[in-house]
Amino acid sequence: MANAPGAPATPSVSSLAFGAHLEAHLDADVLVLGGGPAGTWAAIAAATAGARTILADKGFCGTSGATAASGTTLWYVDPDPAKRAAAKAAREGLGGHLADHGWMDRVLDRTHAAVGQLADWGYPFPRDADGRDRRVSVQGPEYMRLMRRRVKQAGVTILDHCPALELLVDDGGAVAGAAGVRRQKGGRWAVRAKAVVIATGGCAFLSKALGCNVLTGDGLLMAAEAGADLSGMEFSNAYAIAPAFGSVTKTLLYQWASFTRADGAVIPGAASKGGRSVIARVLATEPVYARLDRAEPELWAAMRQAQPNFFLPFDRAGIDPFTQRFPVTLRLEGTVRGTGGLRLVDETCATAVPGLFAAGDAASREPICGGFTGGGSHNAAWAMSSGHWAGQGAADHARALGNGARNLRRAGGAGLREGKGASIDAAALTRAVQAEVFPYHINYFRTEEGLTGALARLDRLWSNAAGAAPSPADGSLRAREAAAMLATARWMYRSALARTESRGMHRRLDHAALDPAQRHLLTVGGLDEVHVSARPAPLHPDPSGATRELAA
Amino acid sequence: MIELISPTRCTGCNICVSICPMDVFQAVGGQAKGAAPTIARQADCQTCFLCEAHCPDDALYVAPDAETVTGIAEDAVAAAGLFGSYRRAIGWSTGHRDNRSADQTFRLLAPH
Ligand SMILES: Cc1cc2nc3c(=O)[nH]c(=O)nc-3n(C[C@H](O)[C@H](O)[C@H](O)COP(=O)(O)OP(=O)(O)OC[C@H]3O[C@@H](n4cnc5c(N)ncnc54)[C@H](O)[C@@H]3O)c2cc1C
Ligand code: SF4
Ligand code: SF4
Repeated sequence: MANAPGAPATPSVSSLAFGAHLEAHLDADVLVLGGGPAGTWAAIAAATAGARTILADKGFCGTSGATAASGTTLWYVDPDPAKRAAAKAAREGLGGHLADHGWMDRVLDRTHAAVGQLADWGYPFPRDADGRDRRVSVQGPEYMRLMRRRVKQAGVTILDHCPALELLVDDGGAVAGAAGVRRQKGGRWAVRAKAVVIATGGCAFLSKALGCNVLTGDGLLMAAEAGADLSGMEFSNAYAIAPAFGSVTKTLLYQWASFTRADGAVIPGAASKGGRSVIARVLATEPVYARLDRAEPELWAAMRQAQPNFFLPFDRAGIDPFTQRFPVTLRLEGTVRGTGGLRLVDETCATAVPGLFAAGDAASREPICGGFTGGGSHNAAWAMSSGHWAGQGAADHARALGNGARNLRRAGGAGLREGKGASIDAAALTRAVQAEVFPYHINYFRTEEGLTGALARLDRLWSNAAGAAPSPADGSLRAREAAAMLATARWMYRSALARTESRGMHRRLDHAALDPAQRHLLTVGGLDEVHVSARPAPLHPDPSGATRELAA
Repeated sequence: MIELISPTRCTGCNICVSICPMDVFQAVGGQAKGAAPTIARQADCQTCFLCEAHCPDDALYVAPDAETVTGIAEDAVAAAGLFGSYRRAIGWSTGHRDNRSADQTFRLLAPH
């Protein structure tokens, strides 16, 4: 790789204190980290606004991330006031009355426009019997293959298999690029940029939920090291149903499932929607089986055409899921279908750090769904919308910044910084973090005792990781992933401890009711010391919908 | 998990090496042009089936088991008609293109 022609000189290698040589350094106006829906929409928006844009992905832009493997329903609602009002109201209670109606309106508008663009770009939306395009869902491989093509057509440089490990900051603390490793070509890369968009997805703790093993919270850690804070991290315990042996955590079709014990007895109250915790309770001590026997045979073909990937495990294991029972499990999807992430400070999707923007699962989506998303559509709409705005915001920031020279410093800590302890044993640390976040009795059903115990262990792990010697280049990705999952777990549980009520997806056994006095949002941040503080939730329209002072 | 690459079906295009999000495959370099890549980091596989979707020759097979290697043989995969089955289902192979726009999710969401 070489510098783009005419680009300002890249910082000298020594000024970045990499010690070893640097195999690739590039310059950009906007650097996007992550190439899922959020990152690709961000890159297209930035390039369209005239910014020289680079997108770096840990995996391959077009197959990597939760959407490429899974496919998503979309929060695509016609701009009819009654339909829009109903769409917003539908999730109000589930989300714990924390969403912001101004943001919901913006996202509904932006998603409608983006999905229209997808159709113009040739996404093959299905037609119904009346010949109308139906735009409420996208197939993952098709959507993300198209997005990669559009990113390239927009003139963006894509760096595949180039995970970012840390941000670069200038003397004033503004973000000025990122650096990482080249997984396939070997060596390291660094990009100096005037603005950076974190679109690295959520954190699913290597649970093997569908498409999620690239999602280890890397962007959250990098951003926090540069001084960003997070929000809604207590809403981070999404668990999804999957066949016990498999990875496919798609849950829509389980609305037609019955759930049974080994002896065939139906489990009262068990359901995909509104009864998933019942499944978790039984799974804690015995296997649970499912069968999609509540779907009428007329629907079977449509179900297969809606979700071809849902049926892969069954067809390959020789199971007919409509007539035969199969064991199920719940895999942790963490913040991927939770709502917590980096806190956005304005409508450009800026974070608290100058030059740093965030989008998609990496950014808290409380503004549109409060404390709950789980299945369905808001996540995809958020990725499209926040991605677009973050890309535009980053391009505007870059233009305003101009071409002045800046000193750069590496902001990475745990696993990268010089420390006295042994270097991070990534596999052992990963297992230790998983042992705190996977168990239903700690993370699904939360108590002060469970959270406090887990935090004491996680804090000890953190002090070791923070004092570790740097990992060798070929082990640094795994070490950073482990450190990021550890940091994420600590933000989750500190926030969960602070919210002494049950709201959204956050459930406290010792505080089972919603507490009206806690209708607030929790900001969390910090690495060695984690701190939580409450800030007011957005104002609400009165029930008649007449007041509209909320769109701050 | 990714189970096998059929040496007879594979043309060595290395598309799977590029597109696997978990970097599971390794291209075989040197004189062996056209050789099948190796499954170098099987334990890293996240069972996302995307290598199957992108392989132009329907040459690889991902078993549904996320945690264990089944050791299924190529003959068994072929006999069950599983090579290329995901690509056909999403309409990415010749003769099945209609499936690209066959998504019926809108019918399933209707009752909500
Ligand atoms: C099984 C399943 C089903 C779902 N169904 C729905 C649904 O029906 N409707 C809905 O709205 N939502 C759904 N979701 C959620 C939806 O998929 C996500 O909200 C969406 O993918 C978020 O987009 P994103 O771009 O933020 O993250 P992702 O799509 O996860 O992409 C993140 C990208 O960042 C890259 N990355 C990670 N770390 C680094 C790093 N260090 N450096 C560089 N790149 C990095 C990854 O490789 C990846 O390409 C589902 C999720 C799952 C798991
Ligand atoms: S994509 Fe298919 S044909 Fe190409 S190298 Fe991989 S297995 Fe072989
Ligand atoms: S299933 Fe996914 S992770 Fe596994 S080898 Fe294929 S593309 Fe890679």
